[in-house]
Amino acid sequence: MSAREDAFRDPARVAALTARLREQAGRLEREIAIMEVCGTHTHAIAEAGIRRLLPTGIRLISGPGCPVCVTPVDYLDRAVALARLPDVIVCTFGDLIRVPASETSLEHERAVGCDVRDVYSARDALRVARDNPDRRVVFLGVGFETTLPTIAAALDEAEREGIGNFQVLAGGKLIEPPLRALLSDGEVEVDAFLLPGHVSVILGSDFYRFLADEYQVPAAIAGFAPVDVLAGISELVRQIASGRPRVANLYPRVVCAGGNRLAQELMERFFEPVDTRWRGLGEIPASGLGLRQSYAHRDAGHIEVDVVRSRESPGCRCGEVLKGVIEPPECPLYEKVCVPDDPRGACMVSSEGTCAAWYRHERYAAGARA
Amino acid sequence: MKRFDRILLGHGAGGRLTQDLVRGLFLPTFDNPALHGLSDSALLDALPSGRPALTTDAFVVDPPVFPGGDLGYLSVCGTVNDLAVAGARPLWLTWALILEEGCEESLLRTIAEGAARAADEAGVKIVAGDTKVVPRGKGDRIYAVTTGLGVSPIERDMGDHRITPGDAVLVSGSLADHGATVMACRHGLEGRGLRSDCMPLASLADALLECGADVHSMHDPTRGGLGTLCAEVAGRAGLRITLQESSLPVRSEVKGACELLGLDPLHLASEGRLVAFVKDGDADKALACMRGHPGGREAERIGDVEERVAGRAPVALLTAIGGERPVDLLSGANLPRIC
Repeated sequence: MSAREDAFRDPARVAALTARLREQAGRLEREIAIMEVCGTHTHAIAEAGIRRLLPTGIRLISGPGCPVCVTPVDYLDRAVALARLPDVIVCTFGDLIRVPASETSLEHERAVGCDVRDVYSARDALRVARDNPDRRVVFLGVGFETTLPTIAAALDEAEREGIGNFQVLAGGKLIEPPLRALLSDGEVEVDAFLLPGHVSVILGSDFYRFLADEYQVPAAIAGFAPVDVLAGISELVRQIASGRPRVANLYPRVVCAGGNRLAQELMERFFEPVDTRWRGLGEIPASGLGLRQSYAHRDAGHIEVDVVRSRESPGCRCGEVLKGVIEPPECPLYEKVCVPDDPRGACMVSSEGTCAAWYRHERYAAGARA
Repeated sequence: MKRFDRILLGHGAGGRLTQDLVRGLFLPTFDNPALHGLSDSALLDALPSGRPALTTDAFVVDPPVFPGGDLGYLSVCGTVNDLAVAGARPLWLTWALILEEGCEESLLRTIAEGAARAADEAGVKIVAGDTKVVPRGKGDRIYAVTTGLGVSPIERDMGDHRITPGDAVLVSGSLADHGATVMACRHGLEGRGLRSDCMPLASLADALLECGADVHSMHDPTRGGLGTLCAEVAGRAGLRITLQESSLPVRSEVKGACELLGLDPLHLASEGRLVAFVKDGDADKALACMRGHPGGREAERIGDVEERVAGRAPVALLTAIGGERPVDLLSGANLPRIC
C-alpha cells in the first residue's frame, strides 16, 4: 500500500471526520438512511468497523451492488448444466462456486468430477482455453460495468487470435436500472446514495446526474478507505441538510467526469442491454448485458442443455436484504442455518455479500458499541 | 546411482530403482548413524528423561518450491515447530514421500536437500523414511508426510489451560508472509519482495522458555493464520482476546498482495512464527528475549487476553481507526493448498 493510500486510513483524519459527523447528526431533524450501493463498500465498512463510529441518526443500508449476490438462481442452474457436459471446462470467479443453485452448487459438482476452475480474471479463462484446444471453455461472465470491460477485452483477444473454444455465459448487470427500480419501488426508504468508486472509474461521475436531476436524491462517489467512506457520508448528510442534492465526486484521484471511454467502447462492441432477472429485484427491462448477435458464436447461452426448474432456498430472504428492506439478522435463516461454511443464500457467500459481511464483522455490534 | 531425470513407478516398487533412490539420494542427503543399517526400523538412543511428545503432519504445498523455501524444508520446519511450541525439544523425525510418476529428479533432490537443511538448522535427525510412487495424474508431483518425536521436561506446565485474563499476546515476527507468498506464486505475482517466513522455531522457543518469563502457552499460526489460532484458543480457554490492528506486523508487500487477491492477512499462514501467551508482568522480558534471538528480531506485543464478556466477540480486532470487528475461524474458502 502506498503512503498516499495510507493517508486515507489515518486515525487522526478519521477522528476529525467522526467528530464532524456527530455535529452534523445533532442538527438532523430525523433519522436518515444512506444506501451503499456497492459490495466493496459493504465489505470495507464492515472490515474497518465504520458502523460503530457513526452517530445515532445515521443508518447505513446495503444495496444491490454485489454481483455474486444479484445473480439469479436460474443462471447458476444453467452454469451447473454446462459444467456437467463432459467436454466443457467452466471457469469462474471463486465466489460463485459456493453459491447454492436449485439442487446443488458448482463446488459440489466439482467434487463429483465436473471440471470447474476458479480464476481471477476472464483472461485467465482465455488462457485455459488456449491450453485446452480440444475442450470448450465457458467463462461465467457476471459483474457490473467494472468487470464487463475486462470480459470484453478477453473476447476481443479471443477474436483476434482466433481462439474458437472460448465462450461466455453472459450474466452482466448495469448499475443504473436497479437504482431507478429502488427509487420507484417505494418499499425502501433511501435518503441518499454512497456510489461505488470502481464502477465510476468506468462510467464517470456525470453518469449519475439522473439521481439528482430526476429523483432529487443526494449522491456521492467515494473510495473504499475509511477516510473516503466517512467523507462520503459527511457530504451526503450535508446535502440532505441543505436540501440541495447533487452528485459529488469525492474520488477524483481515480474518477473523472466522462469515465473510461475505451472501456465503454469495448463493452458496447460486444454487449447490448437485455431484460434480465435480479435476485431480489425480479426482472428489470434492459438491465443486463447480453452478447450481441454478431458474437453469438461466443455465447454459451446458446449451448443446448437440460436445466432444472429453478427454485430459491426456502425461507431465504436474500432478496429483501439486497433491496435494503431488512437487515441480515431479520432473516430467519441468518446465523442459525445460513453461515459462511454452509450458505443457503447468495448474500452469505461473497465477502462483499451483505450477510457475509455482517456475519464476519457485525455480529457483536451492539456489545461493541455499548 | 543410475542416471535418471524422472521418477518412474519402479522407484516406489521396492526393487532396484528404489535402492538407487535410497542409496543414491536419501542416504547421502540425510546421513546419520540411525540410517546406516537400512533396517526395517530405526533403533534409537534411549529417550532423554521427560515426557515424550509426538506429532504428525502432511505437506502438499503447491508450488513445491517457492521464495524462501520448498516442500521439504517446510515439512521439517512444520513438524519441528509443532513440537517446539508444545514446549518439547525435537529429536527425531520420519519423512515419507508420495511421488507422482514423472516427477523431476531435480525437484526431488531440491526437496530432499531442503529437508536436510531444515533438520540441520533445527538440530534434529531424520531417522526413517519411505517412498511410494503413484501413477501419473493420481497425485501432484510430490507430497510429504512426517512424524516428529521430542521430549518435554516433566515439570513443564504449559498449554491453553494456563492462559488467564491479563496475559499478553506476543508474536515473534511479521505475519502471513508464507501464505501470501504461496498464493502470489500461484497467481503469477511472485517477485514482489514476497518471501516465505518458513524456519525452525526450536531454538527460539527454547530461549523463550529459559528466559525467566512465565510463558503460559505457545502456538505457531500456520493454516488459518493468527485469526483462526486466536479464535480456537479463545474458544478452548473460554476467554476473550483483543488484537491491536496498529501493532500487527504485516509487511507492506504482504498487505499489497492481500489487497490484490482479496485475502485477509489474519487468515494466512506463517510457517516460522511463534505466538506466545505470557503472564502480563513478564511481557517485556519475553519480548526482549525474542528480539535478541535471530528468529524473533521483529517480535511485537499484539494483543491482550481478557475475561469473556457476554454479547461481545471472543476475538476482536481493534481497528487502527478506532473501530472493532470480530475475528473468526477461517471459513470454507477456496484457498489453494499452501502447506
